[in-house]
Amino acid sequence: MNYELVIGLETHVELSTESKIFCSCGGHSAANEPNDCVCPACSGMPGMLPVMNKKVVELAVTAGLMLNCEISRYTTFDKKNYYYPDLPCAYQITQLNHPICTNGTVHLKTSKGERDVRIKQIHMEEDAGKLVHSGNFSYVDFNRTSVPLIEIVTQPDFRSAEEVVTYLSKLKSMFRSGGISECEEGAMRCDVNISVRPEGSEEFGVRTEIKNMSSFEAIEKAINYEAQRHIDALEYETEELVQETRRFDDASGKTFAMRNKETEADYRYFPDANLMPIIIDDEWLEEIKKNKPVAIDDKADKYREEGISEKEIDMILQSQKIGTLLDETIALGCNPKDTAAWILTDCAGILRKDGKTMEDLSVTPEKLSSIIKMVESGSINRNAGKKILIAVVESNVDPVEYCKAQGLDKKVDTAAIGAVLDSVLAANEQAVADYKGGKVKAFQALFGACMRELKGAGDPQMIKEALEEKLK
Amino acid sequence: MKYYMEEINKNGNIAVDDTILVKGAVSAAGSYMLDGFKPLFSAEAVTRLEEKGYSVKGKTHVGEFGLDLVGEFSYYAEKTEKLYGAAAEAVKDGDVVAALGVDVNGTTRRAAALSGVDFLKPTYGTVSRYGIISTAASGEQLGVYAKDADKIKEIAEIISGHDEKDGTSLPEKTYAYSINESISGKRVCVIKELIDKCDEGVKANTKAYIEKLKALGAQVEEISSDLFKTANTAWQILMSAETCNNVSRYDGVKYGHRSETYKNIDELYVNSRSEGFNFLTKAVILYGSDVLSKNRYNDCYDKSLRVRRVVYDEFKKLMEKYDCVLTPVLSKAEYEAYDIYEAFGKVFEESEFTSIANLIGVPALISDGVQFIGNHFGESTLLSIAHSVEKEGK
Repeated sequence: MNYELVIGLETHVELSTESKIFCSCGGHSAANEPNDCVCPACSGMPGMLPVMNKKVVELAVTAGLMLNCEISRYTTFDKKNYYYPDLPCAYQITQLNHPICTNGTVHLKTSKGERDVRIKQIHMEEDAGKLVHSGNFSYVDFNRTSVPLIEIVTQPDFRSAEEVVTYLSKLKSMFRSGGISECEEGAMRCDVNISVRPEGSEEFGVRTEIKNMSSFEAIEKAINYEAQRHIDALEYETEELVQETRRFDDASGKTFAMRNKETEADYRYFPDANLMPIIIDDEWLEEIKKNKPVAIDDKADKYREEGISEKEIDMILQSQKIGTLLDETIALGCNPKDTAAWILTDCAGILRKDGKTMEDLSVTPEKLSSIIKMVESGSINRNAGKKILIAVVESNVDPVEYCKAQGLDKKVDTAAIGAVLDSVLAANEQAVADYKGGKVKAFQALFGACMRELKGAGDPQMIKEALEEKLK
Repeated sequence: MKYYMEEINKNGNIAVDDTILVKGAVSAAGSYMLDGFKPLFSAEAVTRLEEKGYSVKGKTHVGEFGLDLVGEFSYYAEKTEKLYGAAAEAVKDGDVVAALGVDVNGTTRRAAALSGVDFLKPTYGTVSRYGIISTAASGEQLGVYAKDADKIKEIAEIISGHDEKDGTSLPEKTYAYSINESISGKRVCVIKELIDKCDEGVKANTKAYIEKLKALGAQVEEISSDLFKTANTAWQILMSAETCNNVSRYDGVKYGHRSETYKNIDELYVNSRSEGFNFLTKAVILYGSDVLSKNRYNDCYDKSLRVRRVVYDEFKKLMEKYDCVLTPVLSKAEYEAYDIYEAFGKVFEESEFTSIANLIGVPALISDGVQFIGNHFGESTLLSIAHSVEKEGK
């Protein structure tokens, strides 16, 4: 019999805010030592009250808009009760009854075709801290406590591990480019709900939940393992499936039961009286919409039309920084395809050489566009442009002044180049003789000497051709 | 020393209940569970009073988390003394000019009535809750004990007004109250069902007070209503649930009492909390935990939230006809010591006089052993009526 996989996802994403969700402590990425970013509020001392971080609401709404959700105009917080040492208040503040976003969709393209996955809801909540076990002791680190999260809950709409990974990659690109989350290691965590049913059946099979996975690779492996386990149970009656929570063990590639439903905790959710309901009025919503980044699909289409390659588009959508630099440079009148190459090939190359990454890039759109325009207008050649770019990236010089100071902007006519070539050839008689004697390598030495003499001025292709002509 | 759990400044002139934080001073809410806890900051109300030149003489004993009848079940008060209502007594005896207390379940109001001092539980949201050892966030409010309405007005004005550190604090920057509204023509109602609950001493005291009001030109009418009884049940459920949740952070992991006998984290929790909380707190935790459980949530907690709305609407209707309600605040004129195992039921029974003010956030004022409950932001009306009677008596 053929079986169909049915998967729903709950994805936790850590938001890129400067402070925690209910206090003014910096996010845990600001911390160096355990319990660096902790105050009486996020360590659960008596007397402190949570005060809502407005930015969290705005980022959650932005995420909702990007996922085509309905935005709740009235949203409230609830308390979820459970005891664990990394949860200082013994309750987590989350949203149960009035989540901030509902009923969205995400469009997916996979090898099997295109379709929409429905988003059930997005809600805001606080993260828990961390336990560090050492010898006979356990230590508590509250740096991550109260770091803001959004949880994105889908309907059971996925039919394969490939769709799940496509969806997660898309969320990651969207949230990075939208400034919602950096989505670094561990900042995006997934719970996978999975069941299997005979193809064509309308009824759902027994569902299991695999908790807390953060690598796409693990998620894919876990889904495939779990799906096969379900199918084997149905087909060969290897075991009886029960609704339960499982964890994925990376080393063995298998899932294991954590606890079954009988002993599942009652979290005794109830409204948090310390936080007033949040009302999102038209004015606020419009303001958030105005600042909302262009939807990722529209953005990709736009780049595609501008002739930017798929590989480059992927790189651009992975980073808000690159996207902004590109868009702003194009807005200053530069050719999109060229600009993408300048950023993704040239800037990236320079940074790589210095052992840095694109996140270290500090070139302004103004400076970049001034270089590109000098090249596009033909007033300097691309090599000279690249020289200027290196100086800009490394020492943040003014491109126009640097160009003048280095004499890179000299208008070079063919006659002048001819004269330079003649003098180079005259000074390198041996190399000329070698070349004419069949040593092809000697040409590179002569060409290099000419380029040095010309200090980067002139079009290399043209110089090469002129040199070849003279050496005939 | 009998009032104070810790004396801070011999020359201080206000007392602060142990349910309210004072920076650097042990603040344990009368509970062994918070043994030795010294906060890093003071409650906003304390800070505002200090800015006006007041200084804290000491932390007054309270019953554990302020949940008992009149402050009789503190872990720290000397057991030989029959001590209750420490803050009210300190004010009565002139040891301080005023005191701050947290009203979550009517305890502070009952203590004030027994000691014969005034206590104001202000409108919810007018006084910052920042720095109070919270139990029931949706109805607890920081209030003031003093000898007369005049002093209450002064202190209440200082401590009220918006505080950005409290998300439930109302936006108004300041509140100005009057004690000089004319009492003549004020319409006061008395609830028959509440009077019927009381012993002869209380009935006589209430009756005498009503006569004084009438003599000053107020109109007093008796009505029949089950609103207070309904409100009490709803508040008992909400208050217990919220308290259960708010004290769950006292787990022996971070501060306060930790059991010496445990082999794993579950035992650390269970043993620390079993040793740390008194019987009444445990009863409230169990009751609160029950009403929040999956099977009971809809019938208990959720229904109480709906009842809160109904009581609010009904009380607003009442306030269209009357300026305030006059009630006793304890069914008995004299305090009789009793066993803590009876406390849960006894406090519930007596809270019928007080719960409505916590449930819907209206102000309540104790003066001469009676209670006035008014409309939201109706503090001036309550203070003026009390002031008129107090002035006559002098």
